[in-house]
Amino acid sequence: MNNAFIAVLRRDLLLAWRSRADLLVALSFFVIVASLFPFGVGADPDQLRAIGPGVVWVAALLATLLALPRMFSQDFESGVLEQLLLSQEPPVLWVSAKIAAHWLSTGLPLVVVSPLLALMYGLPPGAIEVLALALLIGTPILSLIGAIGAALTLGLRGAGSLLALLVLPLMVPVLIFGAGSVDAWASGIGLRAHLFLMGGGLFAALALAPFASAAALRITMD
Amino acid sequence: MLEVKDLACLRGDRLLFRRFDLALGKGEVLRVLGANGVGKTSLLRLLCGLATPEVGEIRWQGEAIQREREAFHAALLYLGHAPALNDLLSPLENLRFACAAAGDTSSETDCRAALTRIGLARQLDLPAKVLSQGQRRRVSLARLFLAAHRPLWILDEPFTALDVAAVAELAEVISQHSRAGGAVAFTSHQDAGFSVPLRTLDISGYAA
Repeated sequence: MNNAFIAVLRRDLLLAWRSRADLLVALSFFVIVASLFPFGVGADPDQLRAIGPGVVWVAALLATLLALPRMFSQDFESGVLEQLLLSQEPPVLWVSAKIAAHWLSTGLPLVVVSPLLALMYGLPPGAIEVLALALLIGTPILSLIGAIGAALTLGLRGAGSLLALLVLPLMVPVLIFGAGSVDAWASGIGLRAHLFLMGGGLFAALALAPFASAAALRITMD
Repeated sequence: MLEVKDLACLRGDRLLFRRFDLALGKGEVLRVLGANGVGKTSLLRLLCGLATPEVGEIRWQGEAIQREREAFHAALLYLGHAPALNDLLSPLENLRFACAAAGDTSSETDCRAALTRIGLARQLDLPAKVLSQGQRRRVSLARLFLAAHRPLWILDEPFTALDVAAVAELAEVISQHSRAGGAVAFTSHQDAGFSVPLRTLDISGYAA
């Protein structure tokens, strides 16, 4: 594997570990947002079971959004991003490493905690696994799309809210198929179509987003 | 080695300088002068390819730097005026990351030796946030000891926050690099004693 890729991945994961309090904030936000809904819509078990997957997905999306501005901003301010752009390695490699580290430190914990929330909403045993699987495929797409927005809004005033405006519409398809997969499974249509579509989306995002983010970073640093 | 032809620099909608020409050859040490805000940092960022020029061309070994980006960046060491450190990492971790990310294969022993030589032997494993400004600057300058194989050094205000002894030592490292055939371009408001001839260039003369 490539030198710069490994170096950036290792460093970003180490930094994530050293500032784990920040990660806990995003994770707690996820749990709290998802727990708010029963207070609003009432405690009818059937209703909660019906909205559960959608609520968990929206909460995951918002938690991802909360952590996105951090992906490049620290390195932008400290000058590390300049040094990375001057690396003899292609920018796509280290941008991919940064996105991977970001997903491992913010997206993966959401996937791990999601069964707990699914239980809270009274989802039946099979649905809990389906929800976690859909999140496992879907949250990397959120990080990949989010990286483009984070790169484009770098150094701008009000970057966080602008970022939300930019990337939320792009994340809607992931939300539809992610939350829909649980319904599809429950109604007996089967999961294949939803998972294939999300898998296809993941591969497309994997192939395109690092290039787009690298190009966006070049432009913002100019 | 580095040739600049008819360069103009636009910052926002203000033209900083224009018709700027420069030829930097083997062994030359160039000090870029000019008052604050005249465009020294912008010039250095253009020279290393971080910014794209509005007009003009920059060539490295005869090839436009945008076309031969990887070869050019393999030959370049740029230290910006921010020290490019992460506060949560120690000087050693910061330096090792900087080398690996740039594509150098510097071992941990090399990095330790470089930091020791620049006077940070006792701070190797402290988080960078407890270092003073001068010490932070030294961490980024330690890369100079590990980048002798990169012929072109572009340094933005390398002497800032350094004490007298460190300035002298840095001037000596730059002089050595020049004697070994490397080229150095730097900005500074401070005089330092170089043991090689120093070329100066005032970019106020190119102001629009």
